[in-house]
Amino acid sequence: MQKYSIFNLIKNAFSGHQNWDLAWKDATPKKEYDVIIIGGGGHGLATAYYLAKEHNITNVAIIEKGWLGGGNMGRNTTIIRSNYMHDDNALFSEFGMDLWRKMSQDLNYNVMFSPRGIINLAHSDAQMNVFARRGNSMRLNDIDAVLLNREEVKEIIPMADFSENVRFPIFGGLMQPSAGTARHDAVAWGYARQADSMGVDIIQNCEVTGFDVSGGKINGVRTSRGDIKVKKIGLCVAGSTNILAEKLNMTIPVETHLLQACVTEPVKPVLDKVVTFGAGHFYISQSDKGEMVMGGDLDGYNSYAQRGNLPTLQHVLTEGIAMMPFLSKLKMLRTWGGIMDMSMDGSPIIDKTHIEGLYLNCGWCYGGFKATPASGWTFAHTIAQDRVHKLNEGYSLSRFNTGHLLDEKGLGTKTWIS
Amino acid sequence: MLHIKCPHCGMRSQNEFSYGGDATIKRPELNKEISDQDWNNFVYNRKSLRGKHLELWQHLSGCRQWIKVERDTATHEIFKTLKANQDI
Repeated sequence: MQKYSIFNLIKNAFSGHQNWDLAWKDATPKKEYDVIIIGGGGHGLATAYYLAKEHNITNVAIIEKGWLGGGNMGRNTTIIRSNYMHDDNALFSEFGMDLWRKMSQDLNYNVMFSPRGIINLAHSDAQMNVFARRGNSMRLNDIDAVLLNREEVKEIIPMADFSENVRFPIFGGLMQPSAGTARHDAVAWGYARQADSMGVDIIQNCEVTGFDVSGGKINGVRTSRGDIKVKKIGLCVAGSTNILAEKLNMTIPVETHLLQACVTEPVKPVLDKVVTFGAGHFYISQSDKGEMVMGGDLDGYNSYAQRGNLPTLQHVLTEGIAMMPFLSKLKMLRTWGGIMDMSMDGSPIIDKTHIEGLYLNCGWCYGGFKATPASGWTFAHTIAQDRVHKLNEGYSLSRFNTGHLLDEKGLGTKTWIS
Repeated sequence: MLHIKCPHCGMRSQNEFSYGGDATIKRPELNKEISDQDWNNFVYNRKSLRGKHLELWQHLSGCRQWIKVERDTATHEIFKTLKANQDI
């Protein structure tokens, strides 16, 4: 594989950049694989990469119905953080933060990781207490957390509404300085390029139509491009998990919902942090192009539409304008929707299933993008070793049976609870 | 914006309603021996169909009645609305 470096850049400049190698090849499916990953999004690509890199398993295919990184990997708001209170979430996410910090070097691909910090705003004394508790829990797990008072928040984000007569005054906030954003497409492309170079087949435009299961064991997968024999299958299909679960006669604690995001026209740098509104569900950051990237609540009903309705968008943006009134002056450039695999306790599932050789990675709710490296790493371990890693022990499928829910925010599909 | 025809009040906009999820889920009968799996299926496990989906909505800012709606989860088309005690 051709290394991306300043020297290669100069060398290729002489030939007008016409002779670069393809970043990955367009593979056709073979008859048999050791492992097939279904879903060519961030998690699937990362899983294949770590299978090859950490476990030396390279007879691997990624099958993708559409195109690489075209689902939620291309639709998220690129926020990366590990500001969780529960140990299972905190340790998993902080392990991921380490992978994020090394990712550009590791993949030889600039993923533009920008640890600019995230601030969760608090709008009451009670919320400040809750944030103090969360911050302390984070620090016990070696995650950086800073509790800010009103004046400190004002210094960092003076454009927020600090006037006296607002409905939700800013009391302070909890900041994780090491959180940030990254270039989402670059993450997918970086993983794809490295996985491909180690021998993984990336097969696009290949839809899974069924599974070959006998004697409680997976034997193969039926696709729109032929049947493929396989020993192990990893499902990384986010919003399509319920559809594939039905083909496997499984019902899972996941509902498929619609989540919208939007960007404004690009403006000069104004906001150098990720900020979330504490009296509702709204988050904002500014992209490197200058667009204000925003998102919030689910549309609230089961959907596979990948496009949303205006009432939710209006509700979310009302919160945004309450928090930062200058947003009302900006024009909306684009809005879009993605389909989320909402688990019932709001935490993901990375586990084995009752079918031998079938592994499940789903339930990412609002937080799939930031988990990309940690999810890929732990899922690769789970598939390769046929047992869960300590980091994803808490993300078991059986926790809904046993009552060991991981209710970080106490809401999953039921947004109205918040 | 979805337009939902409340069987009690007529056609209203989505803003007046709140969503209640899959309407085909049945609570296990009281005072009967049931397995953990039955209870798990009732509380957590969902099919979340792509296509026709029978679901509960509440006309929260209207008559406050719970209703059943048959809606396509891929196109958002609404085929039919029923009173909560009616079957399709």
